Amino acid sequence: MTDSVKETTPAATSLQRRTMLKGTAGILAAGMFPAVHADEKIVLRYLGTAVNQDKEIADKFKADTGIEIQYVAVTTDDVTKRAITAPNSFDLIDSEYFSLKNIVPTGNLKGIDTKRIKNADKITTLFTTGMVAGKAVGDQGTAPKKVIYLEGEHSKKFASAPTQFMSLIPTVYNADTLGIRPDLIKRPISSWAELLNPEFKGKAAILNIPSIGIMDAAMVVEAMGIHKYKDKGNMTKAEIDLTIKTLIDAKKAGQFRSLWKDFNESVNLMASGEVVIQSMWSPAVTAVRTKGIACTFQPLKEGYRAWASGFGLPATLKGKKLDGAYEFINWFLDGWAGAYLNRQGYYSAVLDTAKSKMEAYEWAYWMEGKPATQDIKSPHGDVLAKKGEVRDGGSYETRMGGIACWNAVMDENAYMVQKWNEFVAA
Amino acid sequence: MNTPTPRSSTSVPSASPGRGIAPWWQALPLATVFALFFLIPLGLVLMVSFWNYDQYQMIPDFSLQNYLAVFDGCFSGGDLCVTLKTYLSTLKFCFLVWLITLVVGFTVSYFLAFYVRSTGMQVVLFVLCTIPFWTSNVIRMIAWVPLLGRNGLVNDVLFKLGMVDQPIEWLLFSSFSVTLAFVHLFTTFMIVPIFNSMMRIDRRLLEAAADGGASAWQTLWNVIVPLCRTGIIIGSIFVITIVMGDFVTVGVMGGQQIASVGKIIQTQTSYLQFPLAAANAVILLAVVLMIIWGLTRMVDIRKEL
Repeated sequence: MTDSVKETTPAATSLQRRTMLKGTAGILAAGMFPAVHADEKIVLRYLGTAVNQDKEIADKFKADTGIEIQYVAVTTDDVTKRAITAPNSFDLIDSEYFSLKNIVPTGNLKGIDTKRIKNADKITTLFTTGMVAGKAVGDQGTAPKKVIYLEGEHSKKFASAPTQFMSLIPTVYNADTLGIRPDLIKRPISSWAELLNPEFKGKAAILNIPSIGIMDAAMVVEAMGIHKYKDKGNMTKAEIDLTIKTLIDAKKAGQFRSLWKDFNESVNLMASGEVVIQSMWSPAVTAVRTKGIACTFQPLKEGYRAWASGFGLPATLKGKKLDGAYEFINWFLDGWAGAYLNRQGYYSAVLDTAKSKMEAYEWAYWMEGKPATQDIKSPHGDVLAKKGEVRDGGSYETRMGGIACWNAVMDENAYMVQKWNEFVAA
Repeated sequence: MNTPTPRSSTSVPSASPGRGIAPWWQALPLATVFALFFLIPLGLVLMVSFWNYDQYQMIPDFSLQNYLAVFDGCFSGGDLCVTLKTYLSTLKFCFLVWLITLVVGFTVSYFLAFYVRSTGMQVVLFVLCTIPFWTSNVIRMIAWVPLLGRNGLVNDVLFKLGMVDQPIEWLLFSSFSVTLAFVHLFTTFMIVPIFNSMMRIDRRLLEAAADGGASAWQTLWNVIVPLCRTGIIIGSIFVITIVMGDFVTVGVMGGQQIASVGKIIQTQTSYLQFPLAAANAVILLAVVLMIIWGLTRMVDIRKEL
C-alpha cells in the first residue's frame, strides 16, 4: 500500500498539474474569446451613484447610437474609493466634484479634451466661472470652478485659469436645503438654525455622511450666530471641534430622532412622521410627495449647500471605448438627457439644449419658477405638482444664485472624520 | 485545545510509514483557500495597520500612529474616549443579546427536545424556527419600524387602550430596539447548536435522575445544562462574534445614533483611511479572540464534537 502510493504519486501529481494547467489555459482562452469579438459592439461600464443611472437614459442612448451602457451603481464614497483603488474597473465615471481633490492627484483620470465636446462652450457659467446670470455665487468649499480645469491631458494639477482640458464634464447639480413637513410644523421656517431649535426636539435628523453632514452643521452653526467661518468647506481644527461640539450638545439633549445615510431612509423618516425637519435631497422630497404627503424643500435665508457631479474618463481608456465615451458625453449634453434630469428636479449642464427638448409649460415651471399651467409629471408619469403650484425655491436664477457653499473635502479631512465618529458615539 | 497527542509530538511526519505525500495533496485545496482568503488578507490587514496614509493613498511605513490615534485621549483622564465608549456600548449589547438569546434559545430547544415526542413534529417545529431566515436580515430589521414607530402599531394600540397619552419614543431608534432586533435575528444561532446537544443526551440519564429522586429543576441544572455545555458555548461564540462586528443592525435600529466598532471601521474605509480602519480591525479581532479563548477554556470543543 505504502509502496504503491509512493510509486504512483509523482506521476499522478504531474498528471494532475498538467490537466490543471490545461484547464486553466482553457478558462483563460474562454475569457479572452469574448473580448476579441467585443470590438464589434462597444459596451461602456458607467460607474456612479444610482442618482442618474436611469434605465431610460441607457435605452435611449443605445437606440440612438448602438452603444451599450452598463451601469455600476455604488454610493458616493465608493465612487471615489473605486476611482482610486480600481481605476480600470470602469470606462466612464460619474463623480462628485468634491471627490476630485482626492482622485486627480492619483493621475487616474485623464483630462477631457473640450475640442471633442460639441457643447463645451455652452456649459453653464456656474461651472466655468462660478456665476449665475452674471452674479458670482458662494464659492466656499469645493466649488466646481476651482477644480474643473486641468493643466494638461495627463496633469495631476488643477489649472487656475480655463484650459482645453476639463477634469469632469458636468452632468447634474442641485442646491440642497432642509426638508420639512409643513403640515406638522404649521409655521413658516426660514433659517438653518431651526434644525437645532428645541421646539423640534426628537423630531429632527441630519445626514450621517461626514463630509456633507458637517457642511449642513456649519450652516446651522453660522445661522445660530455661534461662529462665522472663513470657509465652511475648509475648516480649521478648532472650527471642526466647535461644530462637532454643537452637534454633540444637541444630540445629548435629544434633538435628533435619527441620523440617515441612505436616500430611502430619509424618505421613510419624513413620510412616517418620525421626523419633521431634516437635511434632505431634492429627489427625496419628490418621493415623499408622490406618496401624497406634504413635504417642502424649504428655501432658507442663509442660502443653499450645493453639489455637482460630472463625467470623467479613466487615464487608461483608449481606442473605440474612448471614442464611445466621448460620444456618450456629447449625447448627454445634447438635450434629451438634460430634459429628462430637469423633469426630476435636478439641473442639467447645458440649459439651451435641454430647453429645446422640454415643453414650454415644463420649462416655465421647472426653470423659470412660474406657476404650473397644467399638471407637472415626472419622466415616469407620476404627478409631481398640480396646476397652479410653484416650484420650491423659485427659478433657476434665484435658486442657484442663492448658493452659500459647496460639498467639500477639507484639508483636515482625517481629523474631521475622527471627530464625526465622536459625534455618532456621543 | 492544544493537548499534545503522543503521535504528533514524537514523530516527524515524513519519517512515519504510511505518511507519504498524498495526505499533503489532499489537504492542499482547503489549505490554499484558507491561506488565500483568510491568512494572507489577515496578514495584509495587520501590515497595513502600521502604514501611514493621506487623503488618497497609503504610504508604506512602520509607525504606531494609527494605534495611537485609536486610543487618542483614552489615558488622559476625564471623559471616556470614543474608542472605549464604543467598545463599552458594543460589549453591553453583546452581553444583553447573549443573555436573552441564551435563555430564549435554551427554552425553545428544551421544549423541542424533551416535550415534543414525535420526530416528525420536532422537524416541523425546528423548520418553523428557521422560517424568518427565508427573508433578508435587512427586511427583518426594517419590518420593526412600522411596528415600533411614533405612529406605529404598538403606540396606536397603547393609545387606543388609553394606557398612554403620548406616543412612547424609546420603542424605536434606541438601545431597546437594537437589542430587540439582535435577539430576533440571532436566537436561531443559539437554538440550533443547543438543540443538537440536547438530542444527543441519553434519555436513560434523565430516567436515572428521576429514579434517584432528583426534582425537575435539579435534573435540568445538574444533568441537562452540563451536557449541553458544548451547544451553549458554540451558540455563544456565534452570537458574540456577530454582535461584536455588526454595524448594519445598530445603524438601522439605532437611528445611526448609536456607535459600534463596525460602524467606525466602515466610516473610515469609506473615507479611504484604510490604515486606521485596519488598526481598529486588528484591535477588534484581538478583543473577539480573547472572548472566544475565554469561552473555549470552559469546554474542549474538539473533544466534545
